[in-house]
Amino acid sequence: MTTTAERATATDEAAPVHKKKSKKFSPWGIVAWLVGLGFFFPVFWMVLTSFKQESDAATNPPTLFFTPTLDQYSAVFDQGIGPAMLNSVFATGMSTILVLLLGVPAAFALSLRPVRKTSDALFFFMSTKMLPVVAAILPLYVIVSNLGLLDNIWALVVLYTSMNLPIAIWMMRSFFLEVPGELLEAASLDGASLWRSVREVILPLVSPGIAATALICVIFAWNEFFLAVNLTAVNAQTMPVYLVGFIAGEGQYWAVLSAAATMAALPVILCGWFAQNKLVRGLSFGAIK
Amino acid sequence: MTLTAETESDASQSAVAERVRKIREAQDTGVSRAEGWRRRGPLLPALIFMIAVTQVPFLFTLYYSTLSWNLVRPGSRQFVGINNYVAVVQDRQFWSVAGNTVILIVGVVLISALLGLGIALLLDRAFLGRGVVRTLLITPFLITPVAGALIWKTTILDPNNGILNWVLSLVGIGPVDWIGQFPLVMVMVELIWQWTPFMMLLILAGLTSMPRDQLEAGRVDGATAIQLFRELTLPHLRRFIELGVVLGAIYLVNTFDAIFMMTQGGPGVASANLPFYIYQRAFLGFDMGQAAAMGVVVVIFTMIIASFALRLIFKSFSGKEEAA
Repeated sequence: MTTTAERATATDEAAPVHKKKSKKFSPWGIVAWLVGLGFFFPVFWMVLTSFKQESDAATNPPTLFFTPTLDQYSAVFDQGIGPAMLNSVFATGMSTILVLLLGVPAAFALSLRPVRKTSDALFFFMSTKMLPVVAAILPLYVIVSNLGLLDNIWALVVLYTSMNLPIAIWMMRSFFLEVPGELLEAASLDGASLWRSVREVILPLVSPGIAATALICVIFAWNEFFLAVNLTAVNAQTMPVYLVGFIAGEGQYWAVLSAAATMAALPVILCGWFAQNKLVRGLSFGAIK
Repeated sequence: MTLTAETESDASQSAVAERVRKIREAQDTGVSRAEGWRRRGPLLPALIFMIAVTQVPFLFTLYYSTLSWNLVRPGSRQFVGINNYVAVVQDRQFWSVAGNTVILIVGVVLISALLGLGIALLLDRAFLGRGVVRTLLITPFLITPVAGALIWKTTILDPNNGILNWVLSLVGIGPVDWIGQFPLVMVMVELIWQWTPFMMLLILAGLTSMPRDQLEAGRVDGATAIQLFRELTLPHLRRFIELGVVLGAIYLVNTFDAIFMMTQGGPGVASANLPFYIYQRAFLGFDMGQAAAMGVVVVIFTMIIASFALRLIFKSFSGKEEAA
């Protein structure tokens, strides 16, 4: 009788004796693996193709076994990927730093018991995100051009900051809300030692949240294309723009295109993989609070 | 000694409580102006920055939309009032592109939310290598959109050498020119591939934050898995799904990279969305006035939809806090 009852309420995790075995061979687990591999496949294929000779790259049926070569990567480097890489690093890094400098204080202010106007401010920040970039690109182009900043990386720095700031404030606010209320209010009341109490007590508590926010900013800034392609030409081009320029030149040469695409995408992919848990926390905290 | 310690901690506790009470009082009656500004102070740099960088250009867009201004004809700039808007409203291509945009956003958001839900449910169970699978699954969200679109266009969807046609040929289906024949659908497929991980992560966060004891109690009471899902899981997940939908829609309104890379909006404007169409007008056609007018119209549409969306987020949040 006990056995029947056990079986009746058994789930995957029920009987400890069989736990490991059913964990390994759970059919849903296999489905999950298939789905995961399926979603990953295009990226896998991109990296694989980047190691092929061109003759192996665009074939029917697709070549799975071939002698790998680094020729494509050296071709990409020969074409001068360095400046584009530096530009991307600079634009991404600087804009993320600016986002944190502007956004952390703002999120802090918004997470205190709201003064009458602060919820309006939050609404405003979110609403700027909803305005399509395309509506502002024309005057942006004209303004940037008149300021002599066309093809200057600083234009992108400023614009990426404005692009990421709303989401960053929203995410960091949700992390600040996690801090016990008394700490926040005590900090805001302490006047002269406000900065110290923030720095020594509160920031360490929210630093994982700040890291998660920074990661999201890095992802969006590095991958941004629309602003970069319209506001830069040769000197300030970022990796996505470089990649597109590569296509115009190389046309149907899939292997070298794959190599360029891999170089363009790899930094952020690696960042996201290694900081995966932070990324998940960041995204989900926006949801939980 | 114990007594003194207790009174001391009592004293400090009541001091904090006193402060909190004073703040709440001040809250209700309106904080003193100085205090209010000090509270808002840290907010100002970010606020001023955003106003300068986003609102000022938009004001210019409004101004440009009242001009007849083509960049290749310098000196032809003149005020024409609402002529551009009239032209936009009469432009059939504009409305067809607007339709594409709506189809694209709604389709991608709905399908990727559904897929994300399914995959999150799969990942909610423990199995061997779950962490690896999650790593694999978030990759499409991380990859540079133009790189991803490039890979889809060339290695997967190419009529002659693409993987998809090769797989289909194994079951006897002839080569299909996917991008040529179904441009908008293919762009949507690529976007769904890219955004499903995002939805999945959000919903997975919702699933892991759900209290298990309710589910256990339900199971003991004999509820079926479907009943449990519908009555317990889904309501809890609702705000996560809503957040995913709203955030996804916000980003998808601006979709540009995939269209630029895969179809250039073609054939004709069959797969163009509003950002791409405006881009064509402005940077390829150099018609600034028209493009500006279209931009304003897009903003108006977006604001209408966004005001509903923002109400949804805030309502959902405050509702949850009250319930909690």
